[in-house]
Amino acid sequence: MNKPRPLYLDNAATTRCDPRVVEVMLPYLTEAYGNSGSRNHAFGWEAEEAVEKAREQAAALIGANSKEIIFTSGATESNNLAIKGAAHMYAKNPEGQTGRGHIITALHEHKAVLDPCKRLQKEGFDVTYLQPPADGVITVDMVAKEIRPDTILVSIMWANNEIGTINEIPAIGKLCHDKEIIFHSDGTQWVGKMPTDVERDNIDLLSWSGHKMYGPKGVGALYVRRRKPRVRLEAIFDGGGQERGMRSGTLNISGIAGFGKACELCQHEMQSEGERLLKFRNRLETELAKAIEVTQVNGNASKRVPNITNISFGFVEGESLLMGIKDIACSSGSACTSASLEPSYVLKSLGVGDELAHSSLRLSMSRWTTDKEIEYTIASITKAVLHLRKMSPLYDLFKEGVDISKIQWQTH
Amino acid sequence: MAYSDKVIEHYQNPHNVGSFGSSKEVQARKDVGVGIVGAPECGDVMQLHIQVSDAGVIQDAKFKCFGCGSAIASSSLATEWIKGKTVDEALAIKNTEIVEELSLPPVKIHCSVLAEDSIRAAIEDWKKKNGHATAVDTHAAHAH
Repeated sequence: MNKPRPLYLDNAATTRCDPRVVEVMLPYLTEAYGNSGSRNHAFGWEAEEAVEKAREQAAALIGANSKEIIFTSGATESNNLAIKGAAHMYAKNPEGQTGRGHIITALHEHKAVLDPCKRLQKEGFDVTYLQPPADGVITVDMVAKEIRPDTILVSIMWANNEIGTINEIPAIGKLCHDKEIIFHSDGTQWVGKMPTDVERDNIDLLSWSGHKMYGPKGVGALYVRRRKPRVRLEAIFDGGGQERGMRSGTLNISGIAGFGKACELCQHEMQSEGERLLKFRNRLETELAKAIEVTQVNGNASKRVPNITNISFGFVEGESLLMGIKDIACSSGSACTSASLEPSYVLKSLGVGDELAHSSLRLSMSRWTTDKEIEYTIASITKAVLHLRKMSPLYDLFKEGVDISKIQWQTH
Repeated sequence: MAYSDKVIEHYQNPHNVGSFGSSKEVQARKDVGVGIVGAPECGDVMQLHIQVSDAGVIQDAKFKCFGCGSAIASSSLATEWIKGKTVDEALAIKNTEIVEELSLPPVKIHCSVLAEDSIRAAIEDWKKKNGHATAVDTHAAHAH
C-alpha cells in the first residue's frame, strides 16, 4: 500500500469511503457494538438508534418514508430481493407450473438484474429483454409495446453502469402504475448522484448500494413502497425476521450508520458536485476527440450521469490501452482477459461494432477528482493511443481507405 | 493482471514495428510474404510482413498488431526469432516456445497461437507467390 498509487478514475466500480463516513462508523465497531435486535439493554437501544437514524437519512435522499427502507448487503442483494421477491409474491401460477407471469427488463442491465431474471425463466416466468437503441436509452414507448395482460413486473435500471445513460424512469413508472404493474429500478449509479423522489418518479422498488456513493462496501438498501400500491415481497433469507421480515439477519450496524451518513452527504453535495463532474466529463470528451481522430463517446450525448464517460478509440485494443496508461485506474470494455474473447455485452447490445467495443475505456470520476488529474488523463490517453496506432494494422487499413467491416477475417 | 517484465518491455519498446509497404504494394512484391491473422471482433489482429531471399532465408520481418499487451509482445518476439532463419526453420517455431519465453498465463495462450499462425500465413503467402508447394492446413494441431 506504500507504493505510489495510480490515479483513480474507476468510481463506477467503487468509490473511496468518505472519511466523514468512516468517522461515524467507528464507534459502532468498538464501543457501541450492540445488536439492534437486543430490546432489553442499552447496547441494543444504541444500535437500534443508529439504524433508525440511517433509515431516515436513506429515506430522505429518495423522498421516501423511513419505514419503506430495507437494509441489505448491497445492490446485488437488493436487486435479487426485489425481482425474485416480487415475482414469487405476484406469480399467476404456483411453483412447478409454467405461465407464472411476465417480466420486462433490458439487455444492457447489470448482471445482478439479468441473472435473477434468467433464474425466474427456469422457474416458469416469461421474461422480455428489451433491445436498447443505439443511444442506450430505454423509453416508455419501448416498455409500453411489450406489456401484456400477464405482465407482473418491470425492472429497468435508472442509469447504466458502463455508459452512464439515463432511462426514462419517471415515465416508465407512471405507465406501470397505470397498468398496475410493479416497477423496480436498479438505482446503483443514480441515487446519491442525481435528485431522486420515489413519489414524483413513480418507483415501487429501488435498489442502491453504499460503496458507489462514498459509503462502505457490503451495505445497500431496497426501497419498498408501502402505499399506492403496497408492495409485498417474498423474502429470500429466512431467520430472525429483521427488516419487517423481508431480510432476516443481524444488521450490519456500523455499515448501516456509514451508509446513512453517505446518503446525507450526497443529498447536500450532489448538486455542486454534479456541476463540477459534468465540466470534467465534457472536458475529457471534447479534448480527447480533438486530439485523437476516430473516437466515439458511447451512449446518448446528453442523457447521461455526469460522472461516467465511455469512449471508444478506434483501431486500438482496450487492454493494451490500459497497459499504456497504467498509472490511471479505469476499466475497459475489452474482454481480452476473459476466456470468452467477448467484448462488453452492454456495448454490443447498443450495436457498437466489435472492434470499437474492444477499444473502449470507461472513465468515472468522484468528488475528489481534480482538474489536474483530468488534464493528466487526457495527455496520457492521447500518448498511449498514438503509440498503439503506430503499430495497429487496422489503423493502416483505415488510412488506406479500406472498410474494415468488409474484410473477410479469419476468425477463431 | 500482472504482466511479465518481458511482455512489458516488448510493449514499451516493440521490435520491428512496421511494414514493407501498403497492402497493395506488398501484394505485388514477390520477395515479401504477408500474414494477417485474427479478427477485430476477437480483439486481436496480427499482421506480419517477411522479406525472403531466393534461397528461402528470412532477411527482414515487420509486424503490426491490434491486440492486448501479450499479443503485441508475441508478435514482436516472433519477428526477432524468424529474422535470419530459413522458412523451414521459422515454420518449426512453436507457440509453446513463445509462451515460455514471455511467461504468458493460460488466458493469453491464444496470443502465442496467433503469432505462430502469422508466421505460417506469411510463409504460405511467400511460397504461393513463388510457386513453391504449400502446406494446406496452417491450423493443424492447434487447440483453441
